[in-house]
Amino acid sequence: MQILQNFNKAFESKARLGIMSVLMVNDVVSFIVLKDLLSMTDGNLATHLRALEEANYITFKKEFIGRKPSTVYSVTDEGKKAFEDHLNELEKFIKGS
Amino acid sequence: MNEHLENLKEIRSLMERSSKFLSLSGLSGISAGICALLGAWYAHQKIHIEGLYLLFDPTVRQEVVPLLLADALLVLVGALFFGILFTVRKSRQQGLNVWNSTSKRLLFSMLTPLIAGGVFCLGLLYNGFFWICFPATLVFYGIALVNASKYTVHDTYYLGLGEIILGVVSLFLARWNLIFWAMGFGVLHIIYGTVMYFKYDIDSKKNE
Repeated sequence: MQILQNFNKAFESKARLGIMSVLMVNDVVSFIVLKDLLSMTDGNLATHLRALEEANYITFKKEFIGRKPSTVYSVTDEGKKAFEDHLNELEKFIKGS
Repeated sequence: MNEHLENLKEIRSLMERSSKFLSLSGLSGISAGICALLGAWYAHQKIHIEGLYLLFDPTVRQEVVPLLLADALLVLVGALFFGILFTVRKSRQQGLNVWNSTSKRLLFSMLTPLIAGGVFCLGLLYNGFFWICFPATLVFYGIALVNASKYTVHDTYYLGLGEIILGVVSLFLARWNLIFWAMGFGVLHIIYGTVMYFKYDIDSKKNE
């Protein structure tokens, strides 16, 4: 299947697709909310977040909410474009088969 | 192939769920309900004297209307205060700022029906149709909730529907106006808040 080569490797896992979809529709999302939405463990989620961050698809910021520290994530322009391309490829693949 | 379809379904559901405001605390509903019941109890003392329904009597009405307005205002302020307090607390537990894009969307979707309802009731007061304010507030508040349910947990849709039904029915049972109002703003809120508390709040505390 030649078309599969166009799939972005960074989005190969379901978890990363999930993270990106949540970030696409929200300005910022906290670690706690992501964990809740995706039902993932801390370690697992952190690994996937780091991978996306290294690809420059997402950025994070440490904030204080009241007195508690919180890490909030958002998608970069590059990440937005990459994710949209990936979705287009998915669509093409599904229509073509 | 199936795997990709599954992925797409998951993406769609995540996008939808995550763009909703999920920090509404059940305790907000319960506290608003208690405020409403207290306010309704006070109003009951003022207008149900010896089985007489003073709102239909134009001569006595002049005395009770300002009292009832002050009562309503206090209920509103109390309900808003505790409502905001518990919701801010919950969103902090979720590591979120309460003033974010989802809470703004929720608030603005409620604002149009609420402002329309508020002005409508002022008009009713101005023209002396005092008792219709009870069903009118229920109906407009219900419409605001039904409208806002797109942007938060779906349960608010049923709360809104309940308020609308109570409001419309009480138009035809004018004698029971205040009871219906207390049921809508008091009892329904407390039931809804309790359900929300056990369905969502307890759950999110466990995750901490």
